[in-house]
Amino acid sequence: MSVAIRVEHLSKKYILKHQASEPYVALRDVITGAFRKSGSINESGNAKKEEFYALKDVSFEIQQGERIGIIGRNGAGKSTLLKILSRITEVTEGRVSIKGRVASLLEVGTGFHPELTGRENIFLNGSILGMSKSEIQRKFDEIVAFAEVEKFLDTAVKRYSSGMYVRLAFAVAAHLEPEILVVDEVLAVGDAEFQKKCLGKMKDVANSGRTILFVSHNMAAIQNLCSKAIYLNKGKLEMMGEREQVIATYLRSTADVNVIDLADRKDRNGNGAFRFINFSLKDNEGHQLSSFQSGKAAKICINIQRYTAEPLRNIHIAMGIDDEMGQRITNLNNDTTASVFPDMTGQKGTIEISIPRLPLRHGLYSFTLYGTVNNDVADWINNAGTFHVEHGDFFGTGKLIPDGQGNFYIDHQFKLL
Amino acid sequence: MSETEFDIILEHNRSVSNYWKDLWKFRGLFYFLSWRDILVRYKQTAIGIAWSIIRPLMTMIIFTIIFGKVAKLPDSGVPYVLLVCVGMLPWQFFANAFSEASNSLVANGSMLSKVYFPRLIIPASSVIVALIDFFISLLILVGLMIWYRFIPSAQIIFLPAFLLLAIVVTLGAGFWIAALNVKYRDFRYVVPFIVQFGLYVSPVGFSSSVIPEKFRLIYSLNPMVGVIDGFRWCIFGGNCPINFTGFSISVILSILLFIYGLYFFRKMERSFADII
Repeated sequence: MSVAIRVEHLSKKYILKHQASEPYVALRDVITGAFRKSGSINESGNAKKEEFYALKDVSFEIQQGERIGIIGRNGAGKSTLLKILSRITEVTEGRVSIKGRVASLLEVGTGFHPELTGRENIFLNGSILGMSKSEIQRKFDEIVAFAEVEKFLDTAVKRYSSGMYVRLAFAVAAHLEPEILVVDEVLAVGDAEFQKKCLGKMKDVANSGRTILFVSHNMAAIQNLCSKAIYLNKGKLEMMGEREQVIATYLRSTADVNVIDLADRKDRNGNGAFRFINFSLKDNEGHQLSSFQSGKAAKICINIQRYTAEPLRNIHIAMGIDDEMGQRITNLNNDTTASVFPDMTGQKGTIEISIPRLPLRHGLYSFTLYGTVNNDVADWINNAGTFHVEHGDFFGTGKLIPDGQGNFYIDHQFKLL
Repeated sequence: MSETEFDIILEHNRSVSNYWKDLWKFRGLFYFLSWRDILVRYKQTAIGIAWSIIRPLMTMIIFTIIFGKVAKLPDSGVPYVLLVCVGMLPWQFFANAFSEASNSLVANGSMLSKVYFPRLIIPASSVIVALIDFFISLLILVGLMIWYRFIPSAQIIFLPAFLLLAIVVTLGAGFWIAALNVKYRDFRYVVPFIVQFGLYVSPVGFSSSVIPEKFRLIYSLNPMVGVIDGFRWCIFGGNCPINFTGFSISVILSILLFIYGLYFFRKMERSFADII
């Protein structure tokens, strides 16, 4: 195997101007700036400049044919990295060496014009992505079939439904044949059926020996498509390696938002015998997580504090979980699991709820905490906070339930008897 | 693995080694972008392509009345409307291309920040669109020559050379203004002014022969003077002789403008995606 991409000490710096709202310069500023300099009367009136490194000293190597997932939080530098590799933006420091033709798909439908027909846009978009006219002609039928827009080929795309628009746009890009394919989170668009189709197409591309770099927040998509992963954090390369390890590290990475502080909440009820102090997510080994993943072990830790003189006995805790629509979907409590807590003698305690294989599907969940002592409500916080669940391979088959098909996994088997 | 085995090396301030090769590879994009602009323009208008004729025709009529009939400027022995027409066509080409090119990068900003291709293609395709308009409006000239039963001089075979000169001027100015407009959006207000001002300092409504000798040098600093005088010389022959010194200055300036425009564009190009 040979190296397809070598990145050495790559940095990308942006200059942030705090006064100017636009990145471009108004001639006015240049003229007044020159005046200020020559007059040196009012230096402080200048717009404040601040350097910002979107990427800082990043080095890695990618072999030909590798499929790399790039993960990280918003602002970690993922998109900047892709823009540099796609030659859209310039390197500030360091060096990037690339072997082979790069095609980048940072957005579906770049250059699409609403007034033009589907047929016209296929040619336009194809040529923007670097295909020659004959190449587009050769793949035309395939593109149209993939996008399922045969009937609307001669209709202006402004009349298309958004689903058709995205399908057509992705179809053109999917038929590029580069040696290196760089894909930003474009699969987040379109319906579930189509997303599956896109992922399938990308898998085909990957299986034909091409190098793929793929940015996604969808861990399941990365698990599905990539063999290795790169984890970027605040512009730095945090980790590169086998995807499972990198994903685990990413989910475990601590950010301040992981611990939900509850101590200062005013919207609470109860006699205050004890109070919920904070709430955090952990994995099986006790590492803090920023979010859970479907099918993986999950631990919820709730710190509580006692405000009575005597030790507390007969504590009950309940946690209600709501989906994004505010619909209560389940309730976890130590009554139903028949877990009896020992008397709480210390000032502080930790409630731990272990879920061996999280059956929640990806999404945002909010929760309510409720605690009693001797059947008197001690603390009760409605909508205490939220947590994320990322895509995960619940069944261990590499297959997911399509989106829009509920928010639960149920462990089950199928048999034909 | 040594450096030579890689196809692309990206470093700060390092110009991409195969830029011109890429330009050739993306030649289809020239065609499709120009084609898109023309298609879109005429899909949204009721009388479509006729605008390429009507706009220069109206200006021409007004100029003929004002400069020919009211101001009674000398007509160099040819019908005044023909004199104006031959000046107007290259000027319209320049003015259209220059205005379109100035806004082209900003208008295609989303493309610049999402896809790589040699950025020169965008302003260049604006020039191509204007060139197509030019060819369509040539019909006016042909119509007028038939109407006046005017037979052009044999020098008309040199016309393509002067058209090339017009393209060189326009590309140079177009590259320059397009790049400048990305960084300083003020230029969007400067462009209409330049175009309007240029119309009066270029020999569109009058013949260069009315310019007094002492102003000749300054007058020739406008590269469009060389282009328009050249066009007139090709069509009217001896009636519109070329002032050789002035013409040489125009040509040299045109070439310098082209080189500078290209250089400036290439220098600015790297930062387009960051500031657009």
